Amino acid sequence: MADKNPFPGENNTGHIWDDNIRELDNPIPRWWMLSWYASCVWVLIYVIIYPSFPIGDKPPPGLMGWTQIKEFKEGMAEVEAIRAKYEDQIKGMTGEQILADPGLSDYTVASVKVLFGDHCGPCHGSGGQGAPGFPVIADDVWLYGGSIEKIEESIAKGRRGMMPAHGSKLAAEQIDTLANYVVGMAEGKEDPAGKALFMANACFACHGMTGTGNQAMGAVDLTDSVWRFAPGGVESARQTIAHGVNFPADPESREAIMPAFGEKLSSHEIKKLAVYVHKLGQ
Amino acid sequence: MSKQPSPSHLAALDDLLEEAEQWHVNAGDEIIHAKRMGGKWRTIKWLSGSIWLLLFFGPYLRWNDRQAILWDIPNRQFHLFNITILPQDLWMLALLLLFLAIMLFAITAFSGRVWCGFLCFQTVWTDIYTWIEEKCEGTPQQRRKLDQAPMDLNKFGKKLGKHTLWMLIAIWTGISFVAWFTDVYLLWGDLFRLQLSSTAWITILLFTVCTYLLAAFMREQLCMWVCPYARIQGAMVDVTTIVPAYDFHRGEPRSRMKKGDADEHAGDCVDCNQCVAVCPTGVDIRRGQQEGCIMCALCIDACDLVMDKIGRPRGLIRYESLNGLEGKACLPVYKQPRIVITSLIMLAALLGIFYGLSSIDAIDLKVLHARQPLYVLQSDGSIQNKYTLKILNKLADDVTVKITATGPAGLKITSRQLLAVQHGTVTPTSVFVRVPRKELTVESQPIIFHIETVDSDKPFSSHRESVFIGPKR
Repeated sequence: MADKNPFPGENNTGHIWDDNIRELDNPIPRWWMLSWYASCVWVLIYVIIYPSFPIGDKPPPGLMGWTQIKEFKEGMAEVEAIRAKYEDQIKGMTGEQILADPGLSDYTVASVKVLFGDHCGPCHGSGGQGAPGFPVIADDVWLYGGSIEKIEESIAKGRRGMMPAHGSKLAAEQIDTLANYVVGMAEGKEDPAGKALFMANACFACHGMTGTGNQAMGAVDLTDSVWRFAPGGVESARQTIAHGVNFPADPESREAIMPAFGEKLSSHEIKKLAVYVHKLGQ
Repeated sequence: MSKQPSPSHLAALDDLLEEAEQWHVNAGDEIIHAKRMGGKWRTIKWLSGSIWLLLFFGPYLRWNDRQAILWDIPNRQFHLFNITILPQDLWMLALLLLFLAIMLFAITAFSGRVWCGFLCFQTVWTDIYTWIEEKCEGTPQQRRKLDQAPMDLNKFGKKLGKHTLWMLIAIWTGISFVAWFTDVYLLWGDLFRLQLSSTAWITILLFTVCTYLLAAFMREQLCMWVCPYARIQGAMVDVTTIVPAYDFHRGEPRSRMKKGDADEHAGDCVDCNQCVAVCPTGVDIRRGQQEGCIMCALCIDACDLVMDKIGRPRGLIRYESLNGLEGKACLPVYKQPRIVITSLIMLAALLGIFYGLSSIDAIDLKVLHARQPLYVLQSDGSIQNKYTLKILNKLADDVTVKITATGPAGLKITSRQLLAVQHGTVTPTSVFVRVPRKELTVESQPIIFHIETVDSDKPFSSHRESVFIGPKR
């Protein structure tokens, strides 16, 4: 620091280092200061209009009473208003009537997709492709019937498959014969020995005389190409015949339980879901 | 520095310093009041600038029931007479922008800042504004005098008239710009009822204010300090570029031609300063090429007029390349690589646009194969695939299309095949296709979907290939 300023008239602060490096007191450009003042004013206005810093438990509401959640709700109301046009129509219609209207069924499929993903997708797959133990619902095979009413019933009340285990009643060869007979059915083969076992063990009681099943009780059609339990074929059939389905006495019994959604979802939602499921494969 | 500079070096330095002292840059502290003189280039400038009349009157053109050229942003459509361009075709806009950008480069490489001098909105609007200024306040001398005079009723009246006219043009510019994006007749109606959308209000206001500020006050300052094109174009000018240039060999040394002062060695330039007086950016062309010159060629008119008066040949200032001024030979245009290359790019872009416009399908089809599940086994043993077909209808009416498919033998569409599609939008639909399992010899086979309109007089069709997927073999 020099006692006498060696650089007079240049508006320096008097801070001088190394003989000639000194700090000048140049004003900030006016445009910059003006922007800064404008920013201050802007902040003040913002604080008054919008909720800002907290005072006590809650921030002051601001002049306009704007909140994020309010804006979100308004946005949702807007969406609901657009949907209302279709929803109001669907409300009074049966599933069949919705299906008959291409526009409304397209709307239903588009709007209920999320619900399907939440409640059905975890077991049946996002596209209805099924999973080991859980049936495919994108094909044309319906265990309990494929009409809209039946699908609604399946969703609302749930389903529980039932087949007794035959492992204790039948010898291993007999089970083998039966399994081969059942698999042969789908391919159109005849087997008198298998047929005799099929009759003797009252398989026909549920699966029908010709093996075409019974949708009233969820007994599968043995003559089609689709198998209830993946991967299908003789080995799979042997397992099912020996241990049954949901048979309490057999710990190796297959599980086939569809939970009821009647209390979780409204009948309106179930109707829409039924339409969605119906249109998955056709 | 141990070595002393030689006298010749010092002389060169003196020249540089002298030039630097004379170098005058107008950073807005001086208002340029350019003189207006008639002439060939002045006429060309009026004609080229009048292309902007399109901006004001173009929106009023009608085609059928709508505006002939309309950027319908809310509906994501661009109408160009009978063509409707949807966002799907917007790649053509990229080609158009490429074409225009390269054209700017090509023209600049060939003949300098033609855009700046003759076509740019800044130049044209400034030209109109100064023309109004002259009508209101008189010649440049009168204007300078008026600027310095104290405010009185006379001055206030002149200024008020000028600014009112300027503002009216600015407002009209703002409204005309917005008119390209919305129906112009509805726009005027809404404007007078004060019922415009906030977007329209803000856009009109923005364009009005900017037009007024830029054309009335910024003028040549915008070209000097703000506009990037001015700099980019300056970099593309070289010794072969034909630009308005002062023939210094012929003009120098200057002589004022006073009586009894006939100098044998004097050049043709009489130092009348008319070239500077008419310059809208206030540069002196005789100093050579410089950043302030927008190459509007008005100095050529001024100089020719003077040359005619004193009986010397025209063209002391003329369109000429630096090579030409030096008497060097110039490559013909078609042999200059950058002109050839830029022309080829322009041609490619034009061909692309031409192909695009000529191949715009009236209906367009996209096919998405369902990913979950890829295929489904049906009860009869056949394999079913699910597709989402997206049908884009660019026709003016709603139509019904029939969906068909060709692919593996025994293929059958099990979903509805007739579909109503709205115009100007994409209609998605799910399509199910079944193929007997025995026909699926490989995991994936090609399948082609066709759509054809069924109810219009002239059938439109489109097709798209996808795959049919079966179980792994």
